[in-house]
Amino acid sequence: MTARLTAPNPQLNELGKLKHLLTLEGLKQHHLTEILDTAESFIDPNTNKIKKVPLLRGKSIMNLFFEPSTRTRTTFEIAEKRLSADIESLDIQTSATKKGESLLDTLWNLQAMQADMFVIRHAESGAAHFFAQHVAPHVHVLNAGDGQHAHPTQALLDMFTIRKKKGDVFDLKVAIVGDILHSRVVRSQIQALSILEAREIRVIGPKTLLPEHPEALGVHVYHDIEEGLKDVDVIIMVRLQNERMKSALIPSEKEFFKRYGLTEKRLALAKPDAIVMHPGPINRGVEIDSAVADGPQSVILEQVTYGIAVRMAVMSVIMSNAAQLAQHQAEQEQSALAEENAEMENPQ
Amino acid sequence: MQQLDIDVSALLETMSGQLNEKMAQRPNPKMIGIRTGGEWIGEALHQRLGLQEELGLIDISFYRDDFSRIGLNPQVKPAHIPWDIEDQHIILVDDVLYTGRTIRSALNEIFDYGRPASVTLVVLLDRKGCRELPFQADVVGMQLECQQTIKVTGPDPIEVTISEKAEVSA
Repeated sequence: MTARLTAPNPQLNELGKLKHLLTLEGLKQHHLTEILDTAESFIDPNTNKIKKVPLLRGKSIMNLFFEPSTRTRTTFEIAEKRLSADIESLDIQTSATKKGESLLDTLWNLQAMQADMFVIRHAESGAAHFFAQHVAPHVHVLNAGDGQHAHPTQALLDMFTIRKKKGDVFDLKVAIVGDILHSRVVRSQIQALSILEAREIRVIGPKTLLPEHPEALGVHVYHDIEEGLKDVDVIIMVRLQNERMKSALIPSEKEFFKRYGLTEKRLALAKPDAIVMHPGPINRGVEIDSAVADGPQSVILEQVTYGIAVRMAVMSVIMSNAAQLAQHQAEQEQSALAEENAEMENPQ
Repeated sequence: MQQLDIDVSALLETMSGQLNEKMAQRPNPKMIGIRTGGEWIGEALHQRLGLQEELGLIDISFYRDDFSRIGLNPQVKPAHIPWDIEDQHIILVDDVLYTGRTIRSALNEIFDYGRPASVTLVVLLDRKGCRELPFQADVVGMQLECQQTIKVTGPDPIEVTISEKAEVSA
């Protein structure tokens, strides 16, 4: 037996297809484009409406939100309903101290209620991984945001929005502005942009809100927003994650806006057809001016709508992969059985 | 293996004639093709009949009854129905009618858009005798036996190759 050089990706099944979606890290371009292409087919090209289809009828999906959420939770719920799944949403506030055990107990209880898929939002990085390690083999886990680690469906819907507006992510210059340090969304966005081979990824923010070695992420770093926005095709603004800041990292919100807020004047430095994105919730007058958020270049609300189609796609692709794996296993069993029979008929 | 080639345009000609007659009772019909083969046949018939409204298209991948067994078709495309289905006479077109399961899926999808006044089913080839659901076509280009395998390629030209299934050796 040969030793494995790399640990297997825990979110892929033995055919190399997505079983869970925990992070975009380590995924290949085809994993992402399969989801983005499938999302496309859920949107009626004439009305831009998202269809309801019977794809996951009879499947049970549980949304476990250990951390508050409006957009992600609601769009997940809508996506599940549009796929005709049976859904249950739980608000679970846990005490930080006895998380380990209580989390597992919660998991096993919910699994006993015959869930096929868990959608998990948790303040602790790695919570979704933890769940994925302990669920039964037929149960799937989707990360809806874990601590400062990852928010893969948000990054996927951002990529989908860019594709819809710009045709392709490839060859674009993308600037991400704001609190880079604390944002799980940014981490996932950078991974997605790299996997889809964006031409240039820039992060813009004060030193205190950037990780220690941002270059290691494969990005260009700017501390001056005016310099950083020059000639970009896409601007992604992210909010200050005040709840995750453990010390005073910025002088004040007013000061932050003065130095890093996206105004019409600054927007004019980007390409004339640049789009402005924001994963929400937006803080008007902190990281973005209302004139820009509500302006013609803003696609912030379209991101929300596309989030439904993209989440439908993630769930369908994962369920589809499970069906194909089962089919594959059945075929293998059958051929093994046939071989066995042949041997019995023709003993050597 | 025995192969026989089929004159598709002659079949389409006959079919559009029959369809024209049927449509006397069902005026101003709108046509929907089932991707991908039904789209090709639909386009050819749509042109021959000179229908006013654009050809609608559906992809039944999201409505199949075997999703939990075979998963999703990776080439699934969005439906394209650019007009109202409510109270309209619909001509539903596919290349091959076999088990009937595709038609069941297609009707489900159509009814998600509205309640048509009627649905007329048109197929180029009908593999009679292997139906699993109770569907029959109103207009058929050609009847075939269940044992024959069919390959339809297109869109220009649409070609059909039929071959007898090879005997399965015991």
